[in-house]
Amino acid sequence: MSIGHTLLGLLESGPRHGYDLKRAFDEHFGQDRPLHYGQVYSTMSRLLKNGLVEVDGVEAGAGPERKRYAITDAGITDVAQWLARPEKPEPYLQSTLYTKIVLALLTDRDAAELLDTQRAEHLRLMRGLTERKRTGDLADQLICDHALFHLEADLRWLELTAARLDKLAEAVRT
Amino acid sequence: MTPEGSLLAAEGLYKSYGVTPALDGAEFSIHPGEVVAVMGPSGSGKSTLLHCLAGIISPDSGTVRYGPHTLTGMSDAQRSALRRTEFGFVFQFGQLVPELTCLENVALPLRLNGTKRKQAEQQAREWMERLEVESVHGQRPGEISGGQGQRIAVARALATRPRVIFADEPTGALDSLNGERVLTLLTNAARDTNAAVVLVTHEARVAAYSDREIVVRDGKVKDMLAGLI
Amino acid sequence: MSLLRSHAGTDGGRGGERAPTVPAPPGPLATPHTGPARWARDLAMGMRFAAGGGREGWIRTALTAAGVALGVAVLLLGSSVPTLMNSWHGREKARENLGQAHEPRPAGNTVRYASVDTTFRGAPIRGRLVRPDGAHPPIPPGIRHLPGPGRMLVSPALKELLDSPEGALLRDRLDYTVAGVIGDDGLLGPQELTYVAQSATLAAPDGYRIDHFGKSWDPPPMRAPVVLLVIMTCVALMMPVMVFIGTSVRFGNERRERRLAALRLVGADVRMTRRIASGEALFGSLLGLAGGAVLFLGGRQFASVITLWDVNVFPSDVAPGPLAAALIALLVPTAAVLVTLFAQRGVTVEPLGIVRNRPPIRRRLWWRLALPAVGTLLLVPLAWQRPWTDTPLNTIRLAAGSMLLLFGVTALLPWLVDAVVGRLRGGPVPWQLAVRRLQLSSGSATRAVSGITVAVAGAIAIHMLLTGMQAGYTHAYAQSGKLPQLGLWGTSKGWPQTQRALAALRGTTGVTAVRGAIDGLVGPMPLAGRAPARGARATVAVGSCAELRRLARLGSCRDGDTFLTDIPDRDRVIAPGATIDLNAPLAEDDPVAPHPWKIPGTARTARLIAPGHGPGTFSYDLLATPSALDTNRLNGPMTEIKVDFDRATPDAVEHIRNTAARIDPSMNEFSAVDNPHTQQYTSVRNGLFVGAAITLLLIGAGLIISTVEQLYERRRLLSTLDAYGTRRATLGWSVLWQTTLPVVLGLGLALGCGLALGSLLLSMIDSAVIVDWPAVAAMTGIGGGVILFVTVLSLPPLWRMMRPEGLRTE
Repeated sequence: MSIGHTLLGLLESGPRHGYDLKRAFDEHFGQDRPLHYGQVYSTMSRLLKNGLVEVDGVEAGAGPERKRYAITDAGITDVAQWLARPEKPEPYLQSTLYTKIVLALLTDRDAAELLDTQRAEHLRLMRGLTERKRTGDLADQLICDHALFHLEADLRWLELTAARLDKLAEAVRT
Repeated sequence: MTPEGSLLAAEGLYKSYGVTPALDGAEFSIHPGEVVAVMGPSGSGKSTLLHCLAGIISPDSGTVRYGPHTLTGMSDAQRSALRRTEFGFVFQFGQLVPELTCLENVALPLRLNGTKRKQAEQQAREWMERLEVESVHGQRPGEISGGQGQRIAVARALATRPRVIFADEPTGALDSLNGERVLTLLTNAARDTNAAVVLVTHEARVAAYSDREIVVRDGKVKDMLAGLI
Repeated sequence: MSLLRSHAGTDGGRGGERAPTVPAPPGPLATPHTGPARWARDLAMGMRFAAGGGREGWIRTALTAAGVALGVAVLLLGSSVPTLMNSWHGREKARENLGQAHEPRPAGNTVRYASVDTTFRGAPIRGRLVRPDGAHPPIPPGIRHLPGPGRMLVSPALKELLDSPEGALLRDRLDYTVAGVIGDDGLLGPQELTYVAQSATLAAPDGYRIDHFGKSWDPPPMRAPVVLLVIMTCVALMMPVMVFIGTSVRFGNERRERRLAALRLVGADVRMTRRIASGEALFGSLLGLAGGAVLFLGGRQFASVITLWDVNVFPSDVAPGPLAAALIALLVPTAAVLVTLFAQRGVTVEPLGIVRNRPPIRRRLWWRLALPAVGTLLLVPLAWQRPWTDTPLNTIRLAAGSMLLLFGVTALLPWLVDAVVGRLRGGPVPWQLAVRRLQLSSGSATRAVSGITVAVAGAIAIHMLLTGMQAGYTHAYAQSGKLPQLGLWGTSKGWPQTQRALAALRGTTGVTAVRGAIDGLVGPMPLAGRAPARGARATVAVGSCAELRRLARLGSCRDGDTFLTDIPDRDRVIAPGATIDLNAPLAEDDPVAPHPWKIPGTARTARLIAPGHGPGTFSYDLLATPSALDTNRLNGPMTEIKVDFDRATPDAVEHIRNTAARIDPSMNEFSAVDNPHTQQYTSVRNGLFVGAAITLLLIGAGLIISTVEQLYERRRLLSTLDAYGTRRATLGWSVLWQTTLPVVLGLGLALGCGLALGSLLLSMIDSAVIVDWPAVAAMTGIGGGVILFVTVLSLPPLWRMMRPEGLRTE
């Protein structure tokens, strides 16, 4: 996720102070990992340098976080471009799960066993997400869905792999 | 191992169609108000387990207990009566009577139980409101969307205030959004009425609506909760 | 191809093996034009589907074939009637000679010939006496030589009867030696009882001289009621069969549509699927055509044992004309294809399923009412125009009117079912399920039921016609049959012979009383110089005093006396002292010489014992003793005898007939002891019931098919309902109601229409309108039986569909 683009997007609705931005970000996207003030500060200075935001005003009392930022036209264009650009699909080839499955196979362990354990763990997480969806607002639901679909995809891949490997193992053994 | 306080419990279930065993010593238990997902690959025996638990079919051996009753020793008529009064069902598709209006479909199990038509339709209307499909009460199943149809089916399953609801891939024919809506309404309503739900699915996202899951593989049941403890 | 195969060959092997030989359906681009070749190919493909559709496919094909076969058999039978009657009449014509206008002189090639028909226990026996004048007499067909004196040739059926113990009494009557058997050429039918015997004593006036066999005149046309009956039977038989053919080619329509959808998915176009569907129907109907021919050929073997309206024929007589047969062979399959195409109108088979682009039919009333209304309009004037005359125009009007009326029933039924069912609300669950089902689609059920409706309406109408006709006969026979009495009459051979006959009859077993005399017609003497004024107008009876006393109270009587009776309206010519003509002309221009006879002035008045008209009465104007009047001077004197018998004595009637035959075989009988109509009526009625029952059963079979098909379509739903704990009885009842509603409405309509048609027909033959309620009840009962039959037979598949297998997603 690009924090810069997210913060820019938040500025589109109107100029904000740095701490406002952090709060808004955390509220909408930061359930898993809240933003540090430092991240906001460094990101904003980079955006400022690129001319995507400008300082709208500084409150008396100084300190970097007292600056009020506003988005520039270039910034708006940049957000639009970012939103229009597809994310690069990430093959999870290097994921731990893949490593585990391959290892289980290599060490002649039961892939189904691994699958069941993993499914239970995944489901535990998914139940939490589902519960949060039940109580949360729309943003919550969207985020949880995203996670849920990813987790489900993991499981489906695991299931398919397990089924394939079982068959393969069977074929090898006989 | 029948856990204490369980509402519906089965042990040592064997059932075979021809030479292939569909259930091979399966066990199961569920408490009131609990939602249990039954998972497993296609052909693993999920549906057969559900049919045995609900008394739709008799296992070749093993017992199914529902409260003080032993389903496996009951006659067909007794099991039918039990299903009528104590259980509710939601299937994947094709379960609504196409000639009856939606309201009449929801009222049908009540009427099968002997409730008067007026009263049955009144209650049915309340359930339809709850499942947010009150607006289609006069339409026939062929005239409404799949999501609405499944909600009608859920309303029908809930109408008799059953103690156990059996749902076999209830969202299998729906898109994600409608599927979620149906599952939310189903599980909420079940929790509100303290009914147990046996939810057969192969989708993890659907199973995530459960309190715990069991996995059926080659006719055997693996209780993941038990496995974890 | 996998889709195609899974539909075409459901159970494995055969369908799978065939698949490679099924050509891939050509894409629309490959052959853009529709030529006869494509037609043929698509039809052939459809026929292959019908043939290779697995067990279920075969059942459907077989049902279509059965329906068509039945229709074809009936059509062939119907078209055989003219040829049948032709050959029947032809043989009758060839073997008969009822007398030649100018009697030939005796020669080597002439024969004296007389009709000596009799009846034996209700069965008519045709008897002919011959007495050749020379060595080369004419010989009727079926006979090589005329029998010698005292010998007879008999039909096989008569031979069998004579040889059987039951025929003992008849052997006494036909006192000739059996010299041989008459061949089929000389018989009307295999059951005919007939004989030809040579009598050494046959003479005029009983025997007349002929020089050839074969009559030149045509048989009189059938009587109007019988024609009506025949026309109505044809109409009533044809209608349900037509309806059934229409229904039977639609069997399995839904399944067929699904298969066609699969074909569309692999590239067939809409017109092609229609042709393939036609091919499937064609296959069934071709099978049916063959089956119908076999059924017909097999069924006509029964012709020899069936006697309808005294017509009994050889199986080979039952043969349709070549033109009719060719038309049937051509039209029935064509009709099947047309019905299929018609059924598919408004239905587009799309690759993913069926699109019914026809808006739900709004059943309009006006044209449905127009059909029976026009029919009634055609019939009502016929009913006014009494009595009914058999003209071609009338026949066409009658047939068309009845057909329209009956067709109107089939047209009205869907509307009626819709109208009634649409108003039904609420009720218990099974009722609700059935009503809702009918509200949504009543088409297939009504289609099948309309067959029942037509059959029942037709049967009721025919039955009423029969009952009405029968009531007339029954009334007449009841009047005459009240008295246990038998009349005998024949040409008089003088008083002594008559007296012998009376004595012999008195000595016969079972006879309680015998009265008889010789009678003749007398009239006034023709006035000189003027044309004979009028013919005979009084009857004279001649008998001994003892015999005359049995007819009237005479007071004193001696041979030579004459009496005038107290008969009302006696002609003024008959008066004591008046001269009358004993040889009174029977027709005005009868050129006979008068035989004057003076009524003695001493003639007294006598009171007739049983005056008046009707059986058992005597309406003589004048009584004379043999010495007073020479019976040979009378114009055609007849012996007339009335025999009272004891009903309790077994075979009293047969003994009387034997006695009569011994005295004079040419003696005729008039009696009401055997009502021939009862027997015919019973056989026709039985036939009608059997026909109606078979038709209804057949339609029941069609209903079962559509019910089971519908159950199969919804086995998933049925399993769900079972999961819900629905009682089997609940669903069973809903199937019952679903069948009952249309059938009850149909039967109601049929009753109304049948009674209306029957009443119209009865007024045409000028008969009282009588409703035979037991018969109506029986017809309705059969209809009710069909409902039960359909329901009961639908239950096992229903239970099967309710099994949890239906819940499986795969």
